[in-house]
Amino acid sequence: MNIKLKRKVENYIFLGLSFLSAGFGLFFLFWILGDLLLNGFKYINIDLFTKDPVPPGMEGGGLKHAFIGHIIITVLGTVIGTPIGILAGIYFAEYGRNSKIAKIGRNVVDVMVSNPSIVIGAVVYAILVKPVGHFMGFAGGVALALLMIPVIVITTDEMMKLVPQQTREAAYALGAQPWQVSFHIVLKAAKVGVLTGVILGVARISGETAPLLFTSFNNNFTTFDPTKPMASLTVTVFQYAMGPYDDWHRQAWAASFILTFGVLLASITARYIIQRKKY
Amino acid sequence: MEARKKALNQAKLFENVFKVVLGSAALFVGILLPLVIFISLYKESSLAINHFGVINFLTSTDWDPVAEKFGGLVPLMGTFIATFLATLIAAPISIGIAIFLVELSPNKLKPVFSTAIELLAGIPSIIYGMWGLFVMAPLFGEKIEPWLTENFQNVPLVGKLFEGSPTGIDVMTTSLVLSIMIIPFMSSVVKDAFNMVPSIMRESAYALGATKWEVIKQVMIPITASSIAGGLILSVGRALGETMAVTFLAGNVNQIPKSLFDPFTTITVALANQFTEADTAIYLSSLYFLALILFVISFFVLYLSKIMLLRLEKKWKV
Amino acid sequence: MKVKKLALAGILTVTGVAFAVDITGAGSTFVYPIISAWSYSYEKATGNKVNYQSIGSGGGIRQIENRTVDFGASDAPLTPKDLSEKKLLQFPVVIGGVVPTYNLPDIGNTQLNFDGKALCDIYMGKIKKWNDPYLQQLNPGVQLPDRDITVVRRSDGSGTTWIWTNYLSKVCPDWEKQVGYGTSVDWPTGVGGKGNEGVANYVKRFRGAIGYVEYIYAKQNNLPAGKVKNKEGNFVAPSMESFQSAAANAKWDKKQHFYYVLTDQPGKNSYPVTGAVFVLFAKDKPESSKKSVQFFDWVFKNGDQEAARLSYVPLPQNVKDMIREYWKENGLM
Repeated sequence: MNIKLKRKVENYIFLGLSFLSAGFGLFFLFWILGDLLLNGFKYINIDLFTKDPVPPGMEGGGLKHAFIGHIIITVLGTVIGTPIGILAGIYFAEYGRNSKIAKIGRNVVDVMVSNPSIVIGAVVYAILVKPVGHFMGFAGGVALALLMIPVIVITTDEMMKLVPQQTREAAYALGAQPWQVSFHIVLKAAKVGVLTGVILGVARISGETAPLLFTSFNNNFTTFDPTKPMASLTVTVFQYAMGPYDDWHRQAWAASFILTFGVLLASITARYIIQRKKY
Repeated sequence: MEARKKALNQAKLFENVFKVVLGSAALFVGILLPLVIFISLYKESSLAINHFGVINFLTSTDWDPVAEKFGGLVPLMGTFIATFLATLIAAPISIGIAIFLVELSPNKLKPVFSTAIELLAGIPSIIYGMWGLFVMAPLFGEKIEPWLTENFQNVPLVGKLFEGSPTGIDVMTTSLVLSIMIIPFMSSVVKDAFNMVPSIMRESAYALGATKWEVIKQVMIPITASSIAGGLILSVGRALGETMAVTFLAGNVNQIPKSLFDPFTTITVALANQFTEADTAIYLSSLYFLALILFVISFFVLYLSKIMLLRLEKKWKV
Repeated sequence: MKVKKLALAGILTVTGVAFAVDITGAGSTFVYPIISAWSYSYEKATGNKVNYQSIGSGGGIRQIENRTVDFGASDAPLTPKDLSEKKLLQFPVVIGGVVPTYNLPDIGNTQLNFDGKALCDIYMGKIKKWNDPYLQQLNPGVQLPDRDITVVRRSDGSGTTWIWTNYLSKVCPDWEKQVGYGTSVDWPTGVGGKGNEGVANYVKRFRGAIGYVEYIYAKQNNLPAGKVKNKEGNFVAPSMESFQSAAANAKWDKKQHFYYVLTDQPGKNSYPVTGAVFVLFAKDKPESSKKSVQFFDWVFKNGDQEAARLSYVPLPQNVKDMIREYWKENGLM
């Protein structure tokens, strides 16, 4: 009797703790999103998107330079990173299945997904910024591409592996070459999944700050020229939130709000697509 | 016949070209990239390595740009302390969340809850940092930490942890925010592992009259132990390299913290703050040396976690 | 939404709407408010853009040394020897002051008195409480609170730090022996903020904090700026006039590349923690330096009022003329 009661109590205590843990996670999620909504939303206005910043201490101005810079750097990263990521992903899924080296390479890619992003920034500074002689938006794009590639490789690989083996065999039976099978059959079948990987990659890189600090640097003006230093939302939020001016803080909240909800929207979309694919 | 042979040859050639292109992309990502990172970090830090020596650098607490004496012990310790504390908080909570998602949540709500937890991982780290600075730091510095000091300062053994003048920019706030950031990684790994346990094992335990908790404790956790360890190590790897959130909250002080309320520094904080402004060659090289150390440590930690995670997959995949 | 963004950016890059930023400068956060105000008006007046990033003087020196920017700005003057080694040119542009600022809600914005010993002991971690007898004795009329002092200093390489520690080294032998001066030093205590911005932000956030910032950062953020005792024994409040008085003794010399330190100057009304901001050019990149010269020439003609509005002291006309000669001698004008 006593033991039974003890087991029951223990059961409830630990399940209760499990409930609390889930509550803990959700609590912080809603707290952070709530603060962003509360503090960020009200400072969004037209000027934020259409004006360059004014000197510190002056009221007004906007973050046009950062929005445009951020889009350009992210697009550069995506354009450089996507093809390399998809090609490597196809290799791991279709050609490297049974090779030992490919397996190690695949594990390394998995490791690179979680690699400290600031290290990438330091490396790109050494191999691109210093030799060329100045900070530039393009270097930021390269740094982001290097962060994005592993993400795309992994999802491409996984999504292509989901394509049933029979599909491949059917194609071979019809006399297709391996490249035709990979490209026309498997990749086509896994198209949506691969696209999801790209979205996930974009979501990942568009929230990055650390690799941009030493590469694309910052700029007080709007520029479309990727060979020049370029502002980005994240670096600007860093600068503004660390600064003392109330006006800066307001703009940092507004920018964070837009950034966070944009990134979350992208990753929810990607997850939704993957879920539908899997089941 | 000739034409067919030609076509076949062409196809073969094309196939080979294709293979080379794919292979070089894979080679680049899987082998060259980490190698390039390692080599360029090593090259940039060779000045510091030659000047101070590896052992000396790792054991020295100096960080004196005026005398040009640098050592990595303090930021390295800071990185370890923050990572350790964050993992300490995150581990039980992540397991709790995984249990909730697999065993307790109503089936219909499962995707909603797991998306919600994974959204935590999607929030950019700079947002954690800014939110930590604007919201958590004042709360901790003005309310929670003074209260802790008052009530725990004189407790033997742990009292020392709560000494000092709290500002909210310290080890405690940093580790807490860091733990929130790594919870989703660990809980999703543990959740996937739990899901992999064949239901027949669970059901047989229930049939023997086990309670839910007993099933979890005696069936699920032992079976998935290597995955849980893998998830733990993965989150350690993540925490080691986290930059922006920590930069906002650590306080950038080159000292090994003695209390939870001391400001401190980590490798990533030192890099983010000092990289563009280090004004001498040896200074910059020392920063690169720190980056190299961070890269090597997190690479091995992450690889270890990968191996542990693969082990379970092998066990249960037919 | 993402797709739209992509498309938009695509169009923008393809059509190549390139409004090139003409010059990039980086360095001193001390001078950031005024340079960004100047570049704002400069762009309005001429259409040329000057992108100035406040990353700290240490960074300014490093980046111009590596030629990653068109000009660097530093509040720490480089010695003529350093300049010739690094093939750099140097001249001052404006003068300002570093002030002790604090957050004591108990006494509001009351202007406290400090002297060299008090600041030195606070930054050495020897004075730990605001109601320390030594501080109390300097401020007889003020009820100082029983609060811990949170010392805030810079985490990055900083000319403001250079001026501050240079002053402390001059007035406090212990400091000179144990810490010394430079753009970054081995701090005995304190929390590190990034840039003048970061220090001001931390001081604003922590009750009981003390930090040192360029005067305008305290002023723009409604933080108090303490009086500091000068060589003649007077407690002097930071202001344009007291900075000007300190700068009046300066002997600028273009042969020395204007190397001159303005801390702890004589004069009844001289504020002791005064410093000039120096701009650095690369000798071997005349094209980019010439563009920068155009900007600073415009500043010398049109920027004085703006400087005064932000409580910086513009250079006297004869010094400006000397700098123009210096440019000419080096083939930049």
